[in-house]
Amino acid sequence: MIDSNRLPSGQPRIESLEMRGVSKRFPGVLANDRVDFDVRSGEVHALLGENGAGKSTLMKILYGLYHPDEGEILLNGQPATIASPTDSINLGIGMIHQHFMLVQTLTVAENVALGLPSSRGLLTDLDKVSKRILELADIYGLRIDPSAYIWQLSVGQQQRVEIIKALYRGAALLILDEPTAVLTPQEVDELFVIMRQMTRDGHALIFISHKLHEVVEISNRVSVLRDGRKIGTKMISETTKQDLANWMVGREVGFVPDRGLVQRGEARLTLEAVSCGSDRGTPGLRGVSLDIFSGEILGIAGVSGNGQRELAESITGLRKVTGGRVRLEGQDVTNFLPGELTERRLSYIPEERMRDGMIKDFSVAENMILREHHKMPYSRAGFLNLGEIARHSQALIQKFQVKTPSQETLAKNLSGGNIQKVVIARELSRSPRVIIAAQPTRGLDIGATEYVRQQLIEQRKAGAAILLISEDLDEILALSDRIAVIYEGQVMDILPREAATPEKLGLLMAGVKEDAVA
Amino acid sequence: MISDLFSVTVLVGILASGIRLATPYLYAAIGETFGQRSGVLNLGVEGQMLLGAFAAFYVALKTGNLGLAVFVALLVGAVMGLAMAFVTVNLHAQQGISGIGFYLFGLGLSDLLFQKMLGTVETVKGFPKVDIPFLSDIPGLGEIFFSQSILVYGAYLLVPVAWFVLNKTTLGLKIRSVGENPEAADSLGVSVAGIRYFTITLGGTLSGLAGASLSIGLLNVFQQNMTSGLGFIAVALVYFGGWRPWGVLGGALLFSMVNALQLWIQVLGIPIPSDIAVMMPYVLTILVLVASVSRVRAPSALTKSFERDE
Repeated sequence: MIDSNRLPSGQPRIESLEMRGVSKRFPGVLANDRVDFDVRSGEVHALLGENGAGKSTLMKILYGLYHPDEGEILLNGQPATIASPTDSINLGIGMIHQHFMLVQTLTVAENVALGLPSSRGLLTDLDKVSKRILELADIYGLRIDPSAYIWQLSVGQQQRVEIIKALYRGAALLILDEPTAVLTPQEVDELFVIMRQMTRDGHALIFISHKLHEVVEISNRVSVLRDGRKIGTKMISETTKQDLANWMVGREVGFVPDRGLVQRGEARLTLEAVSCGSDRGTPGLRGVSLDIFSGEILGIAGVSGNGQRELAESITGLRKVTGGRVRLEGQDVTNFLPGELTERRLSYIPEERMRDGMIKDFSVAENMILREHHKMPYSRAGFLNLGEIARHSQALIQKFQVKTPSQETLAKNLSGGNIQKVVIARELSRSPRVIIAAQPTRGLDIGATEYVRQQLIEQRKAGAAILLISEDLDEILALSDRIAVIYEGQVMDILPREAATPEKLGLLMAGVKEDAVA
Repeated sequence: MISDLFSVTVLVGILASGIRLATPYLYAAIGETFGQRSGVLNLGVEGQMLLGAFAAFYVALKTGNLGLAVFVALLVGAVMGLAMAFVTVNLHAQQGISGIGFYLFGLGLSDLLFQKMLGTVETVKGFPKVDIPFLSDIPGLGEIFFSQSILVYGAYLLVPVAWFVLNKTTLGLKIRSVGENPEAADSLGVSVAGIRYFTITLGGTLSGLAGASLSIGLLNVFQQNMTSGLGFIAVALVYFGGWRPWGVLGGALLFSMVNALQLWIQVLGIPIPSDIAVMMPYVLTILVLVASVSRVRAPSALTKSFERDE
């Protein structure tokens, strides 16, 4: 006999939760502006918005991590006070944070037990906790070993621990803050299976994302936030991806940029049987030969870890080339220092933008002159010309539409999309001859992605030779003139875009040559 | 004369003093272990020890009541710990720097109080040896392990207690998670500030006791800067011990045994320059620390102050 008011975990349901007129102000920003939001038992309500739209702030208020400046929260129609995570946990609200709140050096059971009263008083009761974890895992189909250490688990498994942690605390309503951002496609599918079962069982789920296809796939209702305001709420069945995208960005969004026709020029970058090692000491590149021409985008497609990083780093002077030659406009630049390559107007948009693309504790202005800080007009005889640096960065902030309070703001305080704009501004404002762009839109929202792609196309028009490394096949297909597929450090084949279909590329990415199939 | 070292009497003597000399290291380093496991580096241990040592010595000298003397030393250490906690938890001070500040404060104040309140070096009757019935009669072993003062026994008892608290209690679980990932602990309703207040104050209290174990347990005098780096060694022992009480015990023993050995070398008049002999334990510390680098990972949040980013 199933008690319809209770969840399989034995906890009472949350029939409805409503946030009314919630506002939250941070110094200089109105993060939430009188936002209304509600979720009911048995549904997935997606909260959609660009980075910095206020989604996480709203959810942190619901979870008790932030205190709203105004507004109220109603639980099953009754006003509820949520002053701390302890309050929200007691009310049956759980949160899966974007960055997992797990202690790596502790076991699954220890992480689950943390902060809870123990049945043995002052002593921990991990055996009992483990038993309950296995029960919950069984009910919800989450396979997990309670005695495993967190650091031993994959990202997908760690997320399951987070879900179990919330269920263990009696969560009836679960907030999932960009849960798919860190997952592989297979792990996303597994997560969705779990989410569907939870809603069938009567849980209420809030799903935060900026990935439209995921929202459309998993949600019942969707609300869109933009610049801290709620734009609207709709049933998923009554909307389309294009509508949602326009809502999010606030204007018509083009998914595929118009590339236009550009006459291909001379070979700017040439790789002749280039080889290098990887960080693990195994071969990274094994005899890669490529020509990239002026006015061309050459896309590199491949499954992550097949030599993409090594390719970018061996061209940009960050990794030692052990065999073959790299030529820039005909001149041999093999193993040149990054500074010498900068002189030859090679620009690099690195994959790890926070680590390799900028100094996060430096200001926006300082980051914008990193490459040329030692040269006129930014410095003279070793002294920085602060006035000129400020003027220059102001101009770039305008031109590249960087959203920042000022050029003195520390880079780390910007959103991901704006950080990438700072990198792009620095790298593309120096009329580069060759551009290496590695995963240039990874993790960016729709607006920023569109912007970055547009900028690359502008550079192509201006005659730059562009190497685009991306694991996003749609991006490769949308931007490239030719597509090279990399597999285990070797170029499998180079196809003109017209001849490249996802199926063909997929086979090559798996290391299968077509003639071998036939 | 070298052969004197290997007589049974001398060996027993060295081991017995080694066991005894480890006492202040154990109190201070176990206290520091709690602090560091919760993510707080307290470099002020030495200063806390000096004040504890003076307080205990003064009370013992004036009242002759050793229990009261220990209590006052604990109290002084606790107050110093609370101050350190306030500065690091509430004011978010850089832990390395504020710790040095507390060390200098303790060094200066203990000397000032000594000059003003005592003026000359005196001796006091400290904790007597307590022979444990039957066990102390075992030849050799009895003298080494079971004929020590109550402060020595206490220090060794503290090791399993600390291990138990850290690994088997909910409090220990909270301490460890606050030191590894305070954000995660916070999100589960654990008070990061509360836990750190507790561990830093506990560390201060034990440092006070470590000082008392010197001034009314081992040496029975108080002199300016009598700890001479002992508190810093205790901090190093926490690293050496891999942030684990048993590891800290191993380090403290290794260090105090070498110390005892060099003392006996001087007593026996073995022709090694005394400066070299005195250096031995310190050189050993450096060598051992270098050798043990990256053997165990430090708590991830060590020295990082925590604030909810609101």
